[in-house]
Amino acid sequence: MLYARLIVMRLLKAVVVLFLIVIFNFFLIQMAPGDPAAILAGEAGATDEEFLRQLRERFGLDQPIYVQLWRYVSGIAMLDFGWSYRQGMPVLDLILARLPATLLLTGTAFVLSLALGIVAGSMAAARVKKPSGSIIMALALLFYATPLFWVALMAVVLFSVFLGWLPAYGMYTVGAGHTGFALVLDVAKHLILPATTLALFFMAIYTRMTRASMLEASQQDYVKTARAKGLAPGVIQRRHILRNALLPIITLAGLQAGQMVGGAILTETVFAWPGIGRLMFEALQQRDYNLLLGIFFFSAALVIVFNIITDLVYRLADPRIKEAS
Amino acid sequence: MNDNAPVLSIRGLTLALPKGADRDYAVEEVSYDVARGEIMCVVGESGSGKSMAANAVMGLLPKGVRATAGEVLFDGQDLLALTEKQHRKLRGLRIGMIFQEPMTALNPLMRVGAQIAEVFEAHGKFTSKERQQRALALLEEVGIPEPDKAIRAYPFQLSGGQRQRVMIAMALALEPELLIADEPTTALDVTTQAQILELIRDLQQRRGMAVMFITHDFGVVAEVATRVCVMRYGRVVELGTAQEVLENPRHEYTRALLEAIPSNIIPDAVAQERPAPLLEVRNLNKVFRSRGGLFKPAREVRALDDVSFTLAPGETVGIVGESGSGKSTLGRCVVRLERPDSGSLSLSGTDFSALKGDELRRERRRVQMIFQDPYASLNPRHRVGYAIAQGPMANGVARRQAMQQAEELLELVGLGAVAVDRYPHEFSGGQRQRIGIARALALNPELIVADEAVSALDVSIQAQVLELLEELKQKLSLSLLFITHDLRVAAQICDSIIVMQHGRIVEQGTAQEVLLRPREAYTRQLLDAIPGRAHEAAMA
Repeated sequence: MLYARLIVMRLLKAVVVLFLIVIFNFFLIQMAPGDPAAILAGEAGATDEEFLRQLRERFGLDQPIYVQLWRYVSGIAMLDFGWSYRQGMPVLDLILARLPATLLLTGTAFVLSLALGIVAGSMAAARVKKPSGSIIMALALLFYATPLFWVALMAVVLFSVFLGWLPAYGMYTVGAGHTGFALVLDVAKHLILPATTLALFFMAIYTRMTRASMLEASQQDYVKTARAKGLAPGVIQRRHILRNALLPIITLAGLQAGQMVGGAILTETVFAWPGIGRLMFEALQQRDYNLLLGIFFFSAALVIVFNIITDLVYRLADPRIKEAS
Repeated sequence: MNDNAPVLSIRGLTLALPKGADRDYAVEEVSYDVARGEIMCVVGESGSGKSMAANAVMGLLPKGVRATAGEVLFDGQDLLALTEKQHRKLRGLRIGMIFQEPMTALNPLMRVGAQIAEVFEAHGKFTSKERQQRALALLEEVGIPEPDKAIRAYPFQLSGGQRQRVMIAMALALEPELLIADEPTTALDVTTQAQILELIRDLQQRRGMAVMFITHDFGVVAEVATRVCVMRYGRVVELGTAQEVLENPRHEYTRALLEAIPSNIIPDAVAQERPAPLLEVRNLNKVFRSRGGLFKPAREVRALDDVSFTLAPGETVGIVGESGSGKSTLGRCVVRLERPDSGSLSLSGTDFSALKGDELRRERRRVQMIFQDPYASLNPRHRVGYAIAQGPMANGVARRQAMQQAEELLELVGLGAVAVDRYPHEFSGGQRQRIGIARALALNPELIVADEAVSALDVSIQAQVLELLEELKQKLSLSLLFITHDLRVAAQICDSIIVMQHGRIVEQGTAQEVLLRPREAYTRQLLDAIPGRAHEAAMA
């Protein structure tokens, strides 16, 4: 199958790219000011040289750089991302514990923004020069221009504090001990505010783009052909205009999907969502470099994976691509 | 003649343009009939309003254009009075339409079969399996090779002529009583055009349809028309049978249009002593390779196969061929947009094909190109003056001087110096082509390569631009390499002609030899495909 071969080729390339990213990140962290051992020792209250030496030895920080690099890279090859000094746990365990929460949040926001954005954009395109169309575009502009954290805080004020409909923070009600369906419902309730907040910005972008793209597609000759066939306006809108207009949206969606690991720091912080974003923020403040490197690795891997997926989807959507490659 | 009652009857139709257009009415008090079993040709130049009446018949008028008077009677009912929904029921079912651009008139993301099946779906006919079967039968009827494969193809996998056949299949799917063909062959090369015209005539006779055929080309009119309606500035200036209009045109505009057809009048052979050639092309080869995939072998296209010719100073050499003949690649090699695989190209002695880097940049100015599409070849965001001055400025001419020169050039090509501050979209197609010519002249070239430079223009504009080229050539002692698919145009301007096919030179000689005494079968075939030839021969 053509696709199988393509996927294999792309994965091979991806491995090379990831390897280069790992090396690059490693040196980037090496260049950061501050000695992790000194910070660790400082926080422990001990500053004598002997203790520092012991710490460095324990974490291999006394070795020459190339040895450290070799250890790090060979570790990753065996899925060992090192040890978080601060949390006292393996990096991989920390990340895997937080990853599902982040993917749930960003994934929901992704689907929400894409679906609503395309629907709103198509509606605005069909109602061009009508008040209803202008209202959609004005809203989209508003969401696009408003800072995310402000929307988040206002949503909390309105829906949690004032109306009391939705929980203000966290992923589930602490101590409620829900299981099964009740747990799903509880998480879903907690998910609504952060996911919507996160989705608004991208939704606005998709709305604007879908509208512009559809208006352009509706000028094309094949739309006139479709009308000459006597097709109903709805069919023309969906089958001829929207399908052609979706091509640039796919590219943009691929970009957004790539940000799913690292793109929710602000939202996770405001809503106390136990995800990767907050973990990264903490790691940064505490100079927990191994953890930081681990998160970088995962977000890079995700970007690469979604790039491949985007390319495949694009091929499915546009038959002309296959021929060209 | 035909004494059937008309299928379509347009009575005193007036269509108003939106405010701010260059005139008030798209068409004014237009009346004509189209009867069963006849091909009614509506002829006019762009802007004559010839397509507008057709759009009114289809209910596809552009936004802002509306009918203010008259009626369009189809089968006794006034189409102008229909609601959009009622009109939609007629489209595709009882009135079919074919458009000019086969390259863009099909949805690029849908298979050809599905697009034909859609016509049945739109009118709720048949099951989806029957729709596919009928689509296949239609593809067969319009003569597409391997219809069982074509039905699963996407439009980009078909040639221009094949796509136009698909369009025809679509328009005929439900056996409409009236077929509207809006410039259906304008974008095709001569031989394909001849085939499509043949197909339309053939289907029309077999099915006894009424056909409204819109064109700007009197050659095409002579080939297909039963009756002719000549339009100008939104009004009908002449209406009659094809014979009457072509042989005894009453209106002076019709006569002017007929005269503007590039004719086969061939320039007298000038006794030439051959001076040292300006351009000498020897054994040029160029192969395009597409990388193979898992299932398809790598493809090789020989765009140029051992091409040799010379061009003397002051001479105009025409390169004629169909699309895919390699004529454009040859032109691109001459201006060094493309590098030949082997062979040499020398320009008054210097080996142009071997130049590199700075040296090439300096020499480039000696050969300039005029492109086919006057719309696409100018940057819409640059003022015309700047577009022209850019070349000289890149070659070190001071800005002020280059701009002044641009004004002079615009004057020279007949646009006036005021044009420098305007943007390309403010000009018509013919005017833009003049800008393209001014731009090519700005670098003071010795040789100009014109690649289908007048193909996108109306006949009368074509004649003007050709005249301008001829005049400039004399005045500035230029040489011209004129690439075209249109033998009629080549006949008008070229001293000698090279006929190409599949990357090879089939025949070359003086224009007289090639056009009057063609030696090769392929040249004769091209000459025979010219629309209106029989008529012209009869008139001569």
